[in-house]
Amino acid sequence: MSRILCVVVAAAIVCGLVRLEAQRGNPQPPRAPRAAAPIDLTGYWVSIVTQDWRWRMVTPAKGDYQGIQMTPEARKIADAWDPASDEAAGEQCRSYGAPALMSVPGRLHITWQDDTTLKVDADAGTQTRLLRFGNVQTPASAAATAGKPADVPRTWQGVSEAQWLTARPNVPLQLRPADRTADAPPLRPAGGSLRVVTRNLRAGYLRKNGVPYSENAVLTEHWDLYKRPNGEEWLTITTQVDDPRYLPNGRLIAPVFKKEPNGSKWDPTPCSARW
Amino acid sequence: MTFEQPRIAALITVVMLSAVPLVAQVDLTGTWQRVGGNDNGASNEPVDLLGMPLSADGRAKALSYDIASLSATERQCQMYPPMYAIVGPFPLQISTVPDSITQKLLAWKIAGWGDRDETVIWMDGRPHPSKNAPHSHGGFTTGEWEGDTLTAVTTHFKLGDIKRHRGFSSDRATMTYRFTRHEDLLTVTGILEDPVYLAEPFVLTQIFRLTTNPNSFPLTACEPIEELPRLHENPALVPHYLPGKHPALNEMTERYNIPLEAVLGGPETMYPEYRKRLKDKYVPPAPVAPGGRGGRGGAQGAQ
Repeated sequence: MSRILCVVVAAAIVCGLVRLEAQRGNPQPPRAPRAAAPIDLTGYWVSIVTQDWRWRMVTPAKGDYQGIQMTPEARKIADAWDPASDEAAGEQCRSYGAPALMSVPGRLHITWQDDTTLKVDADAGTQTRLLRFGNVQTPASAAATAGKPADVPRTWQGVSEAQWLTARPNVPLQLRPADRTADAPPLRPAGGSLRVVTRNLRAGYLRKNGVPYSENAVLTEHWDLYKRPNGEEWLTITTQVDDPRYLPNGRLIAPVFKKEPNGSKWDPTPCSARW
Repeated sequence: MTFEQPRIAALITVVMLSAVPLVAQVDLTGTWQRVGGNDNGASNEPVDLLGMPLSADGRAKALSYDIASLSATERQCQMYPPMYAIVGPFPLQISTVPDSITQKLLAWKIAGWGDRDETVIWMDGRPHPSKNAPHSHGGFTTGEWEGDTLTAVTTHFKLGDIKRHRGFSSDRATMTYRFTRHEDLLTVTGILEDPVYLAEPFVLTQIFRLTTNPNSFPLTACEPIEELPRLHENPALVPHYLPGKHPALNEMTERYNIPLEAVLGGPETMYPEYRKRLKDKYVPPAPVAPGGRGGRGGAQGAQ
């Protein structure tokens, strides 16, 4: 048995050394998020409104909350919705905050503001989201991460921390596909996903007719790109809003966008509390 | 070979595998509970084609549809095309189909549920059948990984309705699924293309959550039975509405003030600029009475 142990230990050491050497060889400085992007989200995107049309393309009736579960406190707020009051208070952008913005019909223009910040402009409501990668600490992000009140004002778009998720190597043995036929096309190159977590929000509306989210809502998104064989590019944003105060089960939706060749249809419009 | 040698080999294998970096695996197996909040199957009005990129033929087909036609034995299973995986109410029960000899993955399987056919996603590169091959309600599906996303393409499925009795896909349609897992959430994006009834791709999404307490609803195939004696006695009878005669044509307009041209769908209705055509025509309806539509807490999707 001691011989067996020796062989096993030797194998472990060899494997460990190989891995260690692989890690030591050619040390590479970490690449900036812009250079390391596994997918290219830049460009113009148009929202495709095939879902929730009745609550997105037009302003639904007051009291029409189909598809959303709210706490009694939230329902009371929604039932008191008054767009005139929002306009008078200068809060006509309440339905354009980050948890709702990607569902507002419109176009996105995505660019790199710098090597660590992805900038998402929305023509609907003329809003801008800044998705910051890495340990980019701002007073607001530090406070939000620590769960403390921020010293800076909360905003409609909040503070967004971004992270690339790259495709995972080492597919478990039982999930590796059986040998493909000789004439099968090769597997496409690996892609990735963008994960964004947004906090420090200003309280707003998930829908135009006053369905609320609180300032403590946390928005978690996964942005997934899909390049079709015909050249079209589609974007699905898996969107999770956690807000126990107003949404007992949270809210999960996945709006879809299609890439456009240019910005010829870019049409900035101001926030509206009524339309 | 001595008795010890296989044990030594097995131990060495275990040790070497453990030295491989541990990473999360993209495993789709399990039961996925439907948790998405989109309105895929929530329409109440018989004529609700909002945001559906129907062609003129697709619109005519949708408006000729009488739900009583589902009682005809040859039509009873037509509401379960591949799109039903997204618009239907059931969970996804996903398992693997291993090669019987190598045990490598041959296919993913989504179990049938409540009359929907099972979906087998072949991963071994086999081609799709000839276009003249028989069609089934579930169709024929192949898949491949693109990074961590499983892309599956389904062809050879029969005509079926694509949004709970609202709009149809023909037997020439193609359905592309994208299965993307993020921790315990699975996002499925469905892209339906149809040269007959759609003018542009119809895209829907649904989100599922992995559950350890799966629904044990019986898994049954769609089995046609004779429901209405009058259809059995007169097999030539097909319940339908003639052009312009659908009795619920104006229900959405009367209830929600949405112009009829929008209710009837079309590719232009799914783009943001369509709102400009609505702005001067639309007036929000009167407030809903307290306790009217939705808004209460409870299980996801229970509306």
